[in-house]
Amino acid sequence: MKLVTAVIKPYQLDAVKEALHALGVAGLTVSEVQGYGRQKGHTEVYRGAEYTVEFLPKIRVEVLTDEIDVEKVVDAVVTAARTGKIGDGKVWVTTVDDVIRVRTGERGLDAL
Amino acid sequence: MPVELDSGHTAWLLVSSALVLLMTPGLALFYGGMTKSKGILNMMMMSFSSIGIVSLLWVFYGFSLAFGKTNGFFGDITQYAFMTQDLTGAWSELVPVPTFVFAVFQMMFAIITVALISGVLADRGKFAGWIIYAVLWATIVYFPVANWVWGGGWIFELGAFDFAGGTAVHINAGAAALGLAIILRKRNGWPSGAYKPHNVPTVALGAGLLWFGWFGFNAGSEGAADAIAGVAFLNTQVATAAAIIGWLVVEWLRDGKPTLLGASSGAIAGLVAITPACAFVEPIGAIGLGIVTGAICALAVGLKYKLGFDDSLDVVGVHMVGGLIGALSIGLIATQKFYGEAGPQGLFYGGGAGQLGKQAIAAFAVLAYSLVVSIILGFAIDKTIGMTVTAEAESQGVDQTEHAESAYDFSAPTGGGAFAMAGIAPSGSTPAQSDGESTPVSEKVAG
Repeated sequence: MKLVTAVIKPYQLDAVKEALHALGVAGLTVSEVQGYGRQKGHTEVYRGAEYTVEFLPKIRVEVLTDEIDVEKVVDAVVTAARTGKIGDGKVWVTTVDDVIRVRTGERGLDAL
Repeated sequence: MPVELDSGHTAWLLVSSALVLLMTPGLALFYGGMTKSKGILNMMMMSFSSIGIVSLLWVFYGFSLAFGKTNGFFGDITQYAFMTQDLTGAWSELVPVPTFVFAVFQMMFAIITVALISGVLADRGKFAGWIIYAVLWATIVYFPVANWVWGGGWIFELGAFDFAGGTAVHINAGAAALGLAIILRKRNGWPSGAYKPHNVPTVALGAGLLWFGWFGFNAGSEGAADAIAGVAFLNTQVATAAAIIGWLVVEWLRDGKPTLLGASSGAIAGLVAITPACAFVEPIGAIGLGIVTGAICALAVGLKYKLGFDDSLDVVGVHMVGGLIGALSIGLIATQKFYGEAGPQGLFYGGGAGQLGKQAIAAFAVLAYSLVVSIILGFAIDKTIGMTVTAEAESQGVDQTEHAESAYDFSAPTGGGAFAMAGIAPSGSTPAQSDGESTPVSEKVAG
């Protein structure tokens, strides 16, 4: 099993959600995060004093999937999150040892 | 023969009094939006406590000190003590309203003047120290200075003009803030830390309420609903509008972008500057005054970084500087055209330089007096009960440490949602850590 983690622009969340929904992905976890990559931060000026905003607001999307579907999920996220401008984010895939559904105790693929 | 009361004038002064009162909650929002999210309540409390304290002092002895029979420096403190006398008769021939009404109108000025100072204490004000400071500064500085300027005191006798409070209110409060900025602890990490306003719309809302209330402040200061009140009203509007433009032009050229914080600040700077002059200038003069003030104040707020004092919310850069420009402008652009011969005539209208000299003497005398007393008061209070909280308390958040209250529910990184529903304590919220003491309190409330 795989965990697909994507850090994306907040405004792209709806598109990513729709794309995953279209693939039949049953669930996902979303969190608000802050960070920077090549985009870096930006500066703001208040009454003449400059402030650097180093960390930009981003959305982290996490999806558990099986190994067969993982490429489709990654493609869907990347395509939906892309605006072509700097700061679109990153997607990475990690291997997951086990997954347990809390309610039933099902494990592995059954719990997805 | 007693002066007959005028119901029209009385009605206008009653309305004006309410307008001027509204300025203080407006100021609380104007200042509050500029603090960090963990310091807005403390900031607003300093304004609201000023309403609480100064209103009572005014009845006890403030009105007497300011408007009692003067010895040139302060009024007879027993004259209106506790306002137990029948003050329903007219205040004066020029202001034919009940003395009670005149007193309540002037009360609102005393309240906001004290509140104005509090901007220098942003994010680190010790509330108990502030209360003591407010009582003492109002008593030792504001009440006497109001007497100098309006109560027949030495500035009044000198012939310096201050129609609605450029000197008595704004230079006075700005100089007091400067005194505190010089002696008090700076904010943690100043000047390199992040002090950007946490809520600019709140600042703009506060500026709007101040502007609205300021019509009572300026046009009400005529003491009558007449043509001069109308001149003051119009000038207040156009000077403020012009100051927005002046401030924004500076920002646009210097910083590359015009900001809402700049527009709000420019409006306040314009209101401050037109205050002393609003009845004495032509609308075109008011516009010129506004543009110049907006631009100069936009530059002046940067001075604190060069001079090294943490005037946190620019009480000096906006109120003291704007007040000085307004007070001195009377010496240049005042005209007797509308006001008549009882008013000042500035240099540009053939009045000579004499008026400018008088204006400068009055302005700098008040500045110096307020500055010195504020330094002494601030120092004494800081060494005893404290005027500012500790650096640690500041980093935890002065709303929490001074008031055990928080302005916003930041109980989850997502600003509410599942974390808030579960009552989980803050993890990513601004107050550095919620310590063991405060968490159970919030749980009790939630449960």
